[in-house]
Amino acid sequence: MKMELIQPFINAADAVLAQGLQSPIAIGSISMEEEAYRRKGIAALIWLTGDIEGRIVLDLDSKTATKIASEFGGTQLPESDQLVREAVCELANQVIGNAVTTLNDQGFRFRVHPPVLHTSDHGTKNSEDTEAMVMCFETTAGNVYMNIALRYCEDTNLPRAAGAAAGR
Amino acid sequence: MEQFAPVRRSKDGQPVRYLIVDDSVFARKNLTRIIEAFGGQLAGEAGDGVMAVSEYERTRPDIVLMDITMPQMEGIEAAEKIVQKHPDARIVMVSSVGYQENIVAALQRGARHFVQKPVKPEVLYEVIKYVLGDDASVASAAGAGA
Repeated sequence: MKMELIQPFINAADAVLAQGLQSPIAIGSISMEEEAYRRKGIAALIWLTGDIEGRIVLDLDSKTATKIASEFGGTQLPESDQLVREAVCELANQVIGNAVTTLNDQGFRFRVHPPVLHTSDHGTKNSEDTEAMVMCFETTAGNVYMNIALRYCEDTNLPRAAGAAAGR
Repeated sequence: MEQFAPVRRSKDGQPVRYLIVDDSVFARKNLTRIIEAFGGQLAGEAGDGVMAVSEYERTRPDIVLMDITMPQMEGIEAAEKIVQKHPDARIVMVSSVGYQENIVAALQRGARHFVQKPVKPEVLYEVIKYVLGDDASVASAAGAGA
């Protein structure tokens, strides 16, 4: 997985979280994950199809999700509230939407599918060409994990990826 | 949230009525909170494009805030259907996916403006005033400081 694919997601998560929480965000640990995905708390999953394919998971423990949902929504929400889960999906939608906007401007074309709550404790094991990168964003509300497993779609995008890289 | 001088309808001084369309309940609640800070009133809400078209007929809002990526019927298609029947409809697209093709497609099919998520209230406030034009007046309100 190339950094040119990852950077827009880092930038978008940083911007969306910083704006919503009105405080700076620090990027903590970054690691590669070769084993099957393990859910940490409330997780929203978004699939991308097109020139770049794969999935992104935004994962927060319940307390962090509640704090962030309350901050973004401007009102204190109880931890059990369905709105907290909705907020995690909307947060994922905003982060991925903003990242996709950047990638689209670089020449990549794809479709973003609506976010779904990831409810199972484990995901599927990643194949060799879609190993996942896991990033931790340290916020005032707690840690937000982003798990990205993307790959170039072979048929369509090698020339475009080269063009995008050359164009920067 | 920042305080905004209320935006009213010029013709009768009543609050501007909004239809909010988004498949996320959380996003709809957030937008409702924002338009209420502008002195607006929620006329209706919808979770997809199909419902947006029928809710427009039912509520006849002054402004529609429309998401793009939604199940059943996406926002751009819903905007086109509404504008075909009501050419004076004022639709503002509100989406996290803000690349140029999306914006151009929305504007070509009848939307009046585009605001990218996460929504900054001060940006949406200016867009609402611009889209309403002479049909809106900004009321002077004690303590309003936008």
